[in-house]
Amino acid sequence: MSDLRDLYQEVIMDHNKRPRNFRIIPQPTHHADGLNPLCGDRISVYLDVKDGVIQDISFQGAGCAISSASASLMTEALKGKPVSEVEYLVDAFHTVVTNDGECPKNLGKLNVLAGVRDYPSRVKCATLAWHAVRAALEQHKDPVATE
Amino acid sequence: MSLHSATAPLPLTPLTSATTRSTLDIARIRAEFPILRRKVHDKPLVYLDNAASVQKPKAVIDAISECYTGYYANIHRGVHLLSERSTLAYEGTREKVRAFLNAASTQEIIFTRNATESINLVASSFGSDFKPGDEVVITGMEHHSNIVPWQLLCQRTGATLKVAPFTETGELILEEYERLLDSGRVKLAAFVHISNALGTVNPVKRMTELAHARGIPVLIDGAQSVPHLAVDVQALDCDFYAFSSHKVYGPSGVGVLYGKKALLQAMPPYQGGGDMISVVTFEKTEYADLPNKFEAGTPNIADVIGLGVALDWLTAIGLDQVAAHEHALLEHATRQLREIPGLRIMGTARDKAALVAFTLQGAHPHDIGTILDREGVAIRAGHHCAQPVMQHYGVPATARASFAVYNTHDEIDALIKALWKVKEMFEL
Ligand SMILES: Cc1ncc(COP(=O)(O)O)c(C=O)c1O
Repeated sequence: MSDLRDLYQEVIMDHNKRPRNFRIIPQPTHHADGLNPLCGDRISVYLDVKDGVIQDISFQGAGCAISSASASLMTEALKGKPVSEVEYLVDAFHTVVTNDGECPKNLGKLNVLAGVRDYPSRVKCATLAWHAVRAALEQHKDPVATE
Repeated sequence: MSLHSATAPLPLTPLTSATTRSTLDIARIRAEFPILRRKVHDKPLVYLDNAASVQKPKAVIDAISECYTGYYANIHRGVHLLSERSTLAYEGTREKVRAFLNAASTQEIIFTRNATESINLVASSFGSDFKPGDEVVITGMEHHSNIVPWQLLCQRTGATLKVAPFTETGELILEEYERLLDSGRVKLAAFVHISNALGTVNPVKRMTELAHARGIPVLIDGAQSVPHLAVDVQALDCDFYAFSSHKVYGPSGVGVLYGKKALLQAMPPYQGGGDMISVVTFEKTEYADLPNKFEAGTPNIADVIGLGVALDWLTAIGLDQVAAHEHALLEHATRQLREIPGLRIMGTARDKAALVAFTLQGAHPHDIGTILDREGVAIRAGHHCAQPVMQHYGVPATARASFAVYNTHDEIDALIKALWKVKEMFEL
């Protein structure tokens, strides 16, 4: 079971059990739903953007431990960041969960999700909320799918 | 070779699962499945995803290889020996399927790609003259493949889809079904025999009678039933019956549609091309007789032949024995699953076939699936192509363990043990 612990690290289990920023922002400037058609999971993300900076970010929805923890960690990582950096962070996170190479250095806590690399069928869980954030900032109306 | 252990007497009465005791020698059956010897993550494979697709016995694998190495050629066309031999084996399977379903004629057996295509064939062809105001009745526990073809048909023709609901235990509410049939506008009732999401065995004979009493033809989605119980289409008196080879120990890529001759004869072709015609000029084409009218183009010859071998294999074991063994597995699994705190079983119908769907409080089915996989236990986690069923229970997904004749009580115990690991991991 040791290799399973690489996936289900304590930080992940903690964020799954006690997701941060797990709420609705009543009047968000941006909002989108992420849908994983494989399992039917749906995660909504809400953003409050002022002066090009993410003042507040939150999420809601039901998902597996990986998608919930990833969403929760994402909200922590993105709060206070300029919108201009989001694209880079989304890509860097994608590298963390898919590539064999080095993890990008400046992602901090998000690297706990690197274990997902060894579970190809779970990559979509990890990236669900990130897809949704990108869609929200691009102001998609329809829920984005991970496909 | 007998797959029954020598000492135990054969049961005198066929089925029902509760009364028959299996006398199968499961170890010998397992030995016929090469894949069951492999390991997964260094653990013995415990394959409990049989409702998605079942593993293949060596006889089937060999038959496909023999076809390609020994006598393969296109069918229905050549006068040469190989073509004749291939045609014989291909058409021989049609007779095997006829016997397996107890259809009246081989003209009523049409080969398709899978159950999905069989249903689409009926929707396209039988449904081609549906009009606005016409209705199609299905149930709330259908697989997407018995929902979407009807939705597409309704979009094309202006017909309406009506859905008969089911109870909390996963049983169809027959009175509601009957009420929907009473509108006077229903053109077809299409329903699942055994639900892949719940395991419910629907009272399809009664459902057919109720429809026929109102002059409504029925289609039965038998994808989950043919591997688990004996089907007699004449006894059921259904108008159409659809199933997939890959769920009944045959290769993937082949499906079957049974249809009553009179209906099939009156229906327009589904696709046009070679093999489905008798005379073609640029002005007009005369279609071939049944069943060729519905088999345009070169079919999946070797895999159809493989299906024939699979049906022989299954028939030799005996579906009553298979059902009895799987029923015992289901009881063994259900009993132990009930002892796990926080575990909820979806689908507790009185008449239930060889699968159990469940959720575990605090652990998402996806996480359950991943952790079980590391223990060598393969189950399905997701919506099982039956999202309306998930919505009924208010969950995005369930975990599902589904059984085949080669599964053992020990494998169920491995499943249960692995589920306790999930609880440990998630501190539940
Ligand atoms: C009840 C039911 N109907 C239809 C299908 C579709 O079968 P196929 O994908 O082989 O066409 C399935 C397969 O999962 C099923 O379980």
